Amino acid sequence: MNEFLRSDVMLAFAVMTAVTVASRLGGFWLMRYVDVTPRVRRMLDALPGSIIVAAALPVAVNGGPVVMFALAAAMAVSIIRRNDFIAVITGMTVAALARALGFGG
Amino acid sequence: MTTHIPKAPAYWARDAIMPGIIAIGPMLPGTLAFGMAFGALCAQKGFTLAEVEVMMATVYGGLSQFVAVQSWPSTLTPSTIATLALLTTTVNIRFFLMTASMRPWFGTLPPWQSYPAMLLVTDGGWLAAMRYREHGGANAWFYVAGGIVLYFVWLVSAIPGFLLAEQLSDPRKFGVDLAMPAFFAAMLVPAWKGPRRAIPWLVSGVVALTVHWLVPGYWFIIAGALCGALSAGLMDEPPAQERPA
Repeated sequence: MNEFLRSDVMLAFAVMTAVTVASRLGGFWLMRYVDVTPRVRRMLDALPGSIIVAAALPVAVNGGPVVMFALAAAMAVSIIRRNDFIAVITGMTVAALARALGFGG
Repeated sequence: MTTHIPKAPAYWARDAIMPGIIAIGPMLPGTLAFGMAFGALCAQKGFTLAEVEVMMATVYGGLSQFVAVQSWPSTLTPSTIATLALLTTTVNIRFFLMTASMRPWFGTLPPWQSYPAMLLVTDGGWLAAMRYREHGGANAWFYVAGGIVLYFVWLVSAIPGFLLAEQLSDPRKFGVDLAMPAFFAAMLVPAWKGPRRAIPWLVSGVVALTVHWLVPGYWFIIAGALCGALSAGLMDEPPAQERPA
């Protein structure tokens, strides 16, 4: 190919795409063969919260005080205003301001 | 507590298109900021804009793209490509769980509709769709319309970042690293259904922290999520089966 789309880079992207597509289709495909009993239903229902906590908690704990404070602010806004949009903006703004004021993390 | 609203099979009706798009609104600032930061990172790492757009369109997993480009090898060999594939898998295998949970809803549609729809699964789009489903929604357009909009916003978002790479060399300065965690934190609030339903969250959190501490890389996401879901399966049906009021 040419220098705009290097062929070795395209190959790497193709492999990354393949594993990602397999992840996206695999769960849906597998559940075709799984009987959704009440127990399975409870497991599926617990997924959103479990994935959120698993993905975000280590980031929060390792991010230091600024990150934890920003996330607490986002949650507080979400509780008070019930508005996800404002909550996300608040979290980002609090972190940006704290860093501009010289707080690390 | 039999709070389960009977869950209807999926159908297509256009009146859910706008609500579906509105529901992913809170994801847009984070998606844009994240995509811009990613475009800037790619410019610094010597990718061309065409390459960046190919990656945005095909891999379509923000966090996985970020960690892959951050640890991009200086030369691509079969072994370094395999390493990238493994890294991508550890970050994106959570999509497996997400589409598994879509089966009871989208499984009633013909495969030529349901499988392509699963390619649109993202953290935000899926969470919004699950919340809609939780409230008894069944219109497939809700999820698909939001997913399509997020996809195109994502495609566009890298371009300004790539072009302004100089100014965006430190995305942390703008709080970009908080976009996704803050969205997650906000989504946790409406997901709260009392302490009992939060026991799996606790399990998930403890496992994720432990794995993050012990194992390098991103295994902690899938480990925590799986253990959380399994613990929910192991718990007995809530005792209040005699439905209070």
